[in-house]
Amino acid sequence: MITARGLARSFTTRKGREKTEVRAVDGVDIDVAAGEIVGFLGPNGAGKTTTLRMLTTLLAPTAGTATVAGYDVATQAEQVRRSIGYVSQAGSTLPEALAGEEVVDHGRLYGISKAQAEKRGRELFDQLDLDGLWSRKPGAMSGGQRRRLDIAMGLVHDPKLVFLDEPTTGLDPQARANLWEHISSLRTERGATIFLTTHYLDEADALCDRILVIDHGVIVASDTPEALKQSVSGDLVELVLSDASTVSRAATALGALVPGGTAEVDGLTVSMRVPHAGRELAGLLRTLDKDKIALDSIEVRRPTLDDVFLTVTGRSLREDA
Amino acid sequence: MNATAPTMENGSFFRETWIVFWRQLRIALRNPAWVIIGLAQPILYLTLFGPLLEPLSGQFGVDNAYTIFVPGLLVQLGIFGALFAGFSLVAEWRAGVIEAERVTPASRTALLLGRILRDVLQLFVQGVVLIALGYAFGLRASIGGMLYGLLLTLLLGASCAAASNALALVTKSEDVMAPLINSIALPILLLSGILLPMTLAPQWLQTVSDFVPIKHIVDAIRAAFVGDFGEPIVLGTIWSVAIFVLFMVIGTRTFRKENA
Repeated sequence: MITARGLARSFTTRKGREKTEVRAVDGVDIDVAAGEIVGFLGPNGAGKTTTLRMLTTLLAPTAGTATVAGYDVATQAEQVRRSIGYVSQAGSTLPEALAGEEVVDHGRLYGISKAQAEKRGRELFDQLDLDGLWSRKPGAMSGGQRRRLDIAMGLVHDPKLVFLDEPTTGLDPQARANLWEHISSLRTERGATIFLTTHYLDEADALCDRILVIDHGVIVASDTPEALKQSVSGDLVELVLSDASTVSRAATALGALVPGGTAEVDGLTVSMRVPHAGRELAGLLRTLDKDKIALDSIEVRRPTLDDVFLTVTGRSLREDA
Repeated sequence: MNATAPTMENGSFFRETWIVFWRQLRIALRNPAWVIIGLAQPILYLTLFGPLLEPLSGQFGVDNAYTIFVPGLLVQLGIFGALFAGFSLVAEWRAGVIEAERVTPASRTALLLGRILRDVLQLFVQGVVLIALGYAFGLRASIGGMLYGLLLTLLLGASCAAASNALALVTKSEDVMAPLINSIALPILLLSGILLPMTLAPQWLQTVSDFVPIKHIVDAIRAAFVGDFGEPIVLGTIWSVAIFVLFMVIGTRTFRKENA
């Protein structure tokens, strides 16, 4: 559905007389098969939206090629536009227009008849829990409703491929979970292929079959959420001790769980990644107990995509988000 | 895929223009301020400014002062109303509407033209109100000439609307646009003889104003009103068409341009 090779985009910025070239997207390869839900994960400014704008024909690449829904983005932009739906993070409707009319007009710009656009629009309002809001002004809707309206706008022409740019940014947790359901039902009910960007790890984890991690305009990892999490070696075991004098002995005990392992020490906290921590935990506790090392708390954390991001980029995603 | 997948109609330029135009008009008509201010403008000018000029008609060298005054007001409406048309585009851009329309296969020229047509329609209604009201005040001019004058006004209004829309997409800010438009419109207003004919001006000012295309358009409309289809009309018409083509090309390019 999407094939991109060496896709790049640079911008020239001026500071006084000095011209600097910023490579926002620095040669990415992307392959998305029909029926997949693929997440594009990265901090703000990593190049997610720029890549998306190139794939949706809104921005011309400065290098590389991309085929979207079977058409070349550079030479067959109109066919690409006809085949895709795009839900941008900026919204798509005028606050003082009427929701239903916006959807119908949008559909008609794709060449659909008025009657068909209205029928399809009402269907979508129904599916997206927007029933009763056909004649409401978008300005009078809640954030979640407006976002679902944007999705209805992007789907009115029944695209086989849907691009969603940060679909849940700014929504409260309930509205986010609700939107996730709607997004995954796009595939199950319409057979759509979905490409979404996000800087939320839980979102990528909950929705996507495959994740591309982008940082500084380069794709640094690409796999299923599970495989990515497994690439971080093991679960994080974190001990908080009640007595500072026991820290070094606790670190030795924890380090001994993995051949050649060294636990990290930070004040009273001792931590290390341990594969299959569940199997090792009982033994560790017995050792600590025998050595009379008292614990304040013990925590075992399964690796998250945040850990993945930290492992592949050396930075936490949260620092930028 | 879905069994009820919509079939595609033949997308055509005129259809897309119509869709954009109709959407714009519907939204505008629902805003009472737009309608009221639009109609009040010509009425205010004519009733509050017209009486001042009446005693001066002898100095203009015409029998009927309104053949000088009404064409000037037409152009003023055309320039000022349309130059501010871009403000609604900034609001649309901010709401994401422009981006959403640019991912549809619709023609970029249609996206621009549909918007301009709304402003042209507004100008047409204002112009008809102005001429009808002028008639009530004592305007006497040739019907054909007035229609031709109105046509030139609409062309000028369309050019200004296109320029304003292009400016809106480039600046994306009302705060940048407002002073820019004022600093362009004020010298044009003063140098094109909109309020008083440039024939009253000293020679140096007349010479300067000869370089302002809008002055020739104003002269052409005035000539049309008195039924004098001579050289000024040809010159004014050429300028109107040239400006229109120029700004339509610039406007379309801005809509097509990435990042817009």
